[in-house]
Amino acid sequence: MNALRKYMNKIKPHFEPGGRLAKLQSVYDGMETFLFTPNTTARSGVHIHDGNDLKRTMITVVVALLPALLFAMYNVGYQHYLAIGQPEASHVARFVFGLVAMLPCIVVSYVVGLGIEFVGAQIHHKEIQEGFLVSGILIPLIVPINTPLWMVAVATAFAVIFAKEVFGGTGMNIFNVALVTRAFLFFAYPSRMSGDTAFVKTDSAFGLGDGTVVDAFTGATPLGQVATHTGDVLQLNNVVGDPIGTSDAFMGLIAGSPGETSMVAILIGAVILLVTGIASWRIMCSVFAGGLAMAAVAHALPSATYAASLLDPWSQLCYGGFAFMAVFMATDPVTGARTRTGQYIYGFLIGVIAILIRVYNSGYPEGAMLAVLLMNAFAPLIDHCVVSRNIKRRLRRASINQ
Amino acid sequence: MLSKKNKEALFNPLSKDNPVLVQILGICSTLAVTVSLEPAIVMGISVIAVLAFSNVIISFIRNTIPTTIRIIVQLVVVAALVIVVQQFLVAFDYEVSKQLSVFIGLIITNCILMGRLEAFALNNKPWPSFLDGIGNGLGYMIILVIVAFFRELLGSGTVLGFQVIPQWCYEHGYENNGLMILPPMALITVACIIWVHRARNKELQEA
Repeated sequence: MNALRKYMNKIKPHFEPGGRLAKLQSVYDGMETFLFTPNTTARSGVHIHDGNDLKRTMITVVVALLPALLFAMYNVGYQHYLAIGQPEASHVARFVFGLVAMLPCIVVSYVVGLGIEFVGAQIHHKEIQEGFLVSGILIPLIVPINTPLWMVAVATAFAVIFAKEVFGGTGMNIFNVALVTRAFLFFAYPSRMSGDTAFVKTDSAFGLGDGTVVDAFTGATPLGQVATHTGDVLQLNNVVGDPIGTSDAFMGLIAGSPGETSMVAILIGAVILLVTGIASWRIMCSVFAGGLAMAAVAHALPSATYAASLLDPWSQLCYGGFAFMAVFMATDPVTGARTRTGQYIYGFLIGVIAILIRVYNSGYPEGAMLAVLLMNAFAPLIDHCVVSRNIKRRLRRASINQ
Repeated sequence: MLSKKNKEALFNPLSKDNPVLVQILGICSTLAVTVSLEPAIVMGISVIAVLAFSNVIISFIRNTIPTTIRIIVQLVVVAALVIVVQQFLVAFDYEVSKQLSVFIGLIITNCILMGRLEAFALNNKPWPSFLDGIGNGLGYMIILVIVAFFRELLGSGTVLGFQVIPQWCYEHGYENNGLMILPPMALITVACIIWVHRARNKELQEA
């Protein structure tokens, strides 16, 4: 560590104004604060003494995402070996296959996203912000496993530039960057983002897991099956046609975007976020409350036209990306509501709209992404109303006292 | 013929005083007709024709129009010219006129037209007004063509209907970007052009 510190001190003069590499000052600064805790303190104004900074906040979210990420890798392998008719493959083989299949997507998302952030920071002579640490890991988790890498790269670049940098960088964005990436892919390349071929990797990954797909294979996700379902009795199947139920969705061994399938892994992440106080429990709980309420309403009026209304409220929360969205997307402190009352309203409406889209709009089998993006746009309005109502109330109280 | 003032009337709208990029006028039709290049070019030419001749006509009668009803008079002139253009298109380029559908008719409500008539033709002689109309129409058309070029290229892989992205790319996994066909991308493309334009013309940047 000492040697590293000495080396960093040695090369520092090059990066200061007038030095040879002065243009790369923000890169140096980013690397230095990444390696060592800065020992500078504020000299004026209000001081809040807390070791928590943006880097630690972001890393905590990444840690909370780890259970979902590890499970995602396992499940990608599990679905693959199921599809090629080798369900007896070992746990290690499944995990390694998933790791190899997901790694390129993670690398592409980080390289493209961080690359643009670095360049942006150089141009504006600002410090490099760590905002992309979380987005970079969220993107591989919410993008279908079969999405070509160049599409991931294009979508990530679009999202980082148009959803974040043009608004002023980390902390200034109106819309959740990871969700903008997914929305871009969803509208630009719809055939790659839904249907039977998107969600289960059937070909081999770097030579691993060769095999031919079994005859009974269908790659549709549970919600994809719901969307094309007709009739009064709803029975969902896994990729080789065996029936599945809500408990499978809770555990997560079903087809879907990598990170979203397992409720268990997501709930572990939720506990980490809530215990460390990173995410707002008000938003998280009210998203689930809104989802349950709307799902209960839909389930109370079941109709064969809207097959998703045949799902009971509890399964509505377990299937699809609802839980992942509630824990990791809706709670984004930058794009969400900030006032306490506002957070209840914001979360509740996200839950309601997500289920509303899922059940009553046949064009979109899943509504979680669109619900969050829509409410992102309304979050400032909600906050404004809450604040101005508070101001009015206090004014009234003040005038009565006079 | 082309005094300094006339030159300004003709050439300023191309870049420094572009109706779309600087005055942010005519955005509606810029979004609507730019999915592919051909209708965009036809639309641009139509707007140039209507704008130039309505400018000239209004300029000729500018001293006889009572101020209180000038907007109505302008609308009548523009509407008459738009109908001429529309009928001309139906007669000679039926396919494109179907693609453009209501948007030729909606040239009447294009803010650029009313803007130029009010701001220029009512106070200037016919010849400068004609040049001003041509200039502003061209400024509008340039943006339309740039936006439509990128939207058609990235959204359909073609330019003017000809395949330009080689089949080789599609065989190796390239796909057309469906979002480019949808209206939001027209806004973002216009925004990118404005971005580049402001970056090159520092005096246009707001503080």
